[in-house]
Amino acid sequence: MKTDHLILLKTVSSHYQVELPFFTHLSEIGLIEIEIIEQSPYIREEQIKDIERMIRLHHELEVNPEGIDVVFNLLQKIDRLEKDLITIKNRLKLYES
Amino acid sequence: MAFIDYYKILEVDKSASEADIKKAYRKLARKYHPDLNPNDKEAERKFKELNEANEVLSNPENRKKYDQYGENWEHGEEYEKARQQQQQYQRGGQQGGFGGGGFSGGGDYSDFFESMFGGGARSRSRQTAAFKGQDLNAELHLDLKDVYTTHKRTLTINGKNIRLTIPAGVENGQIIKISGQGGEGANGGPKGDLYLTFGIANHTNFKLDKHNLYSTVDIDLYTAILGGEITANTFDGKVKLTVKPGTQNGTKVKLKGKGFPIYKKEGEFGDLYISYQIRIPTNLTEKEKELFTELSKLRTI
Repeated sequence: MKTDHLILLKTVSSHYQVELPFFTHLSEIGLIEIEIIEQSPYIREEQIKDIERMIRLHHELEVNPEGIDVVFNLLQKIDRLEKDLITIKNRLKLYES
Repeated sequence: MAFIDYYKILEVDKSASEADIKKAYRKLARKYHPDLNPNDKEAERKFKELNEANEVLSNPENRKKYDQYGENWEHGEEYEKARQQQQQYQRGGQQGGFGGGGFSGGGDYSDFFESMFGGGARSRSRQTAAFKGQDLNAELHLDLKDVYTTHKRTLTINGKNIRLTIPAGVENGQIIKISGQGGEGANGGPKGDLYLTFGIANHTNFKLDKHNLYSTVDIDLYTAILGGEITANTFDGKVKLTVKPGTQNGTKVKLKGKGFPIYKKEGEFGDLYISYQIRIPTNLTEKEKELFTELSKLRTI
């Protein structure tokens, strides 16, 4: 099995000094996807940025995985609203000019 | 260099206990943490201030020094002495502090902090792990004509030249993430990302809404009444249009696919809406007046 874009979860855990159950918990609530290959858990490389953010929220602000889920949902919502706001601001300019 | 009131930053008074300071710091950190305030420079600045205030006030020795010399930090030998003693102190461990790495708020200290505590007093708690580099923000101002086509451009960000492809149809105010063009990672971590905000100025006669363009074309009274052919400008050329007889002022025609390119949808365009503005002749000659009068007698409306 090709594991080019996969990172062994154990490596991630020791690298960021975070215990494995934290990642399991994140996976259980659907925040990350863990892939099992030959009985070893892996995560996809493109998830790293989000995982780093989750680790920071957990370590630095003591936010638990459920709280992280709430934060991520709200951030996504803000992102959508900001995009809408850009469109509406640009539309408003049509009437102001 | 100005004195910094760390108590004010943490919104506590001078008699605050260690527990009060920790509580205040955590509360404000939850408000201003860069991960909760993406692309917010004000929050980033506040978070840096909070970290610095916490570095000083959460450590009894630092706090004592700050309370003792703080407001008079610029005066006297005492301060200098304290500074020299600092060298020994700096190697001591500290607790608290969110440490750097990963987010853009963890790095810099004020000149005030540097001069009072030196560079070594900062605590980099538990951050031996590699973290992604700092994300950078930049603005790029372009003309609407520039973003009609996908093109390459070289930008200088933090003294480094970056060659970028600017996709056609980028919107004013849109933020595009360019992976790996941010700050260097910590402890061998990957580079941060660059967030580029586009400012698009429109100096054309077209109005743009999303990817549809709007313009007004003048037509003379006779073409409006009798119909005919006119030439109208599109964003990248000209088109011939047939004006129907009896066209009313303000009539809109839609030219499908003649609008602005749709972002990241190659070959797809919005529509162009042209409004006709009928120009009424002025300064009529005697002959014209006579003819219009004659015409007016033929119809009552």
